[in-house]
Amino acid sequence: MRFVVLLAVLAVASMDNALAQVDSLGFPRTVQAGSAFSVQFEGNGQGTLYIVGPGQVLKRDVRLGETTYFSASSLCNAGHYLAVLSAGSSSSKGEFDVLPASKPADVSFLAKPSRLPVGLRNGITGAVYVFDGYHNLIASPMPVQFELANPSGGTQTRSTVTRYGAAWTEFDSTPQQGVDKFLARIGDITSSRIVRQVPGDPCGLKMSATQAGEKLHLVTEPVRDCSGNSVPDGTIVTFTQTYRGAQSTVDVPLKRGIAEVEMPSHAGATISVASGVVLGNQIQWER
Amino acid sequence: MLRSVVVLFAVAMTSFSTGFAQVAVHVTPPDVNGTRTLQEQTATAAIRDYLEAWQSFKTALEQNRIDVLDQDFIGTEKDKLIQTIQEQDAAGIRTTYQDRVHDIQIVFYSPDGLSLELTDNAEYDVQVLDHSKSVGTQRVRTRYIVVMTPAETRWRVRVFEAVNE
Repeated sequence: MRFVVLLAVLAVASMDNALAQVDSLGFPRTVQAGSAFSVQFEGNGQGTLYIVGPGQVLKRDVRLGETTYFSASSLCNAGHYLAVLSAGSSSSKGEFDVLPASKPADVSFLAKPSRLPVGLRNGITGAVYVFDGYHNLIASPMPVQFELANPSGGTQTRSTVTRYGAAWTEFDSTPQQGVDKFLARIGDITSSRIVRQVPGDPCGLKMSATQAGEKLHLVTEPVRDCSGNSVPDGTIVTFTQTYRGAQSTVDVPLKRGIAEVEMPSHAGATISVASGVVLGNQIQWER
Repeated sequence: MLRSVVVLFAVAMTSFSTGFAQVAVHVTPPDVNGTRTLQEQTATAAIRDYLEAWQSFKTALEQNRIDVLDQDFIGTEKDKLIQTIQEQDAAGIRTTYQDRVHDIQIVFYSPDGLSLELTDNAEYDVQVLDHSKSVGTQRVRTRYIVVMTPAETRWRVRVFEAVNE
């Protein structure tokens, strides 16, 4: 007897649950975007059905008391829809939601910057928005993996979960210059961007001086950044000579990693070297 | 900071009431998922532009006019709204959306500052008109997820999607 009562309670509960799955017009509470569904409207005779939402509008003649079928491509845009069934002088209404497909099909990946110096903390950022095949934002949480791979095989990885369809990450730029691949992966979907890491400012800029006939020959050591990457040719190095209150300056582009120049030789002159805001060593010329 | 945002939208409420019916706008302090600091001016501008986008959206669907979307919508969202308007026009339908309540919260600001996401627990009336004859009106409560991106002088809506929760 107790078993029969339990069955009856379960039967009523499941019926309530089933009723909760449809609205007053008979529409399912939720429909997945792009999927087929059907509705049976009560009554008899003809009616006009309106389904309206910001993403889509349908108007259809329907026969009451019969099942109305909606093909797979009927409603593809996720959102909240109002359904109005107009029959004669009466109308009835219902509401339902079209949900994004659960499988991601597209990812919008914003990666910044495309070029940056090496060794910059949190210098590379990426943000993704996840969409289904109908370009509906998938708001339910989805795991996302970000990868930053450099040409020498080193890979930094971060895993996160989308919130309201969005996720983000940030990486340090690596100590090595080169072209890195920045990748976002959601399920089977990947999107990648190229991040070019260039040498930073020169570090430990050092020159030497030698007498060359009447002139003074100044040459730098190979110019590198603080991570040991060669600073690119063309970077300007400035040599400044100060002698008896007068100052002369020569700007020289790096060639094959070094900068060299000949300046007038004056005993007692002070010569300094710099590149941008980076100062190198200073020489007091006594010959 | 956000207190002033709420004050701003108290003012916004008054100005929106001069249109049709009064719109109650409430702004919840941001729960921003990201490292970039959300400046007050950014938050107020984005919310102001979102509310203005609602005005464009309402006008566009009520009058079946595509041109009014240009200022406030961009990308796929604009395409979807254009498609809706074309469907309405073909079926002889117009829809009026009268927003009553917006409860807005910014939930994401991308690290590069090139996108911002907000949620809006919105309440509005939808009326369906078939060849200018009303066939039904319904009050709707739903939550929108909105993604906005900055354009030359304003934020534009790129995603405008009601979500089931």
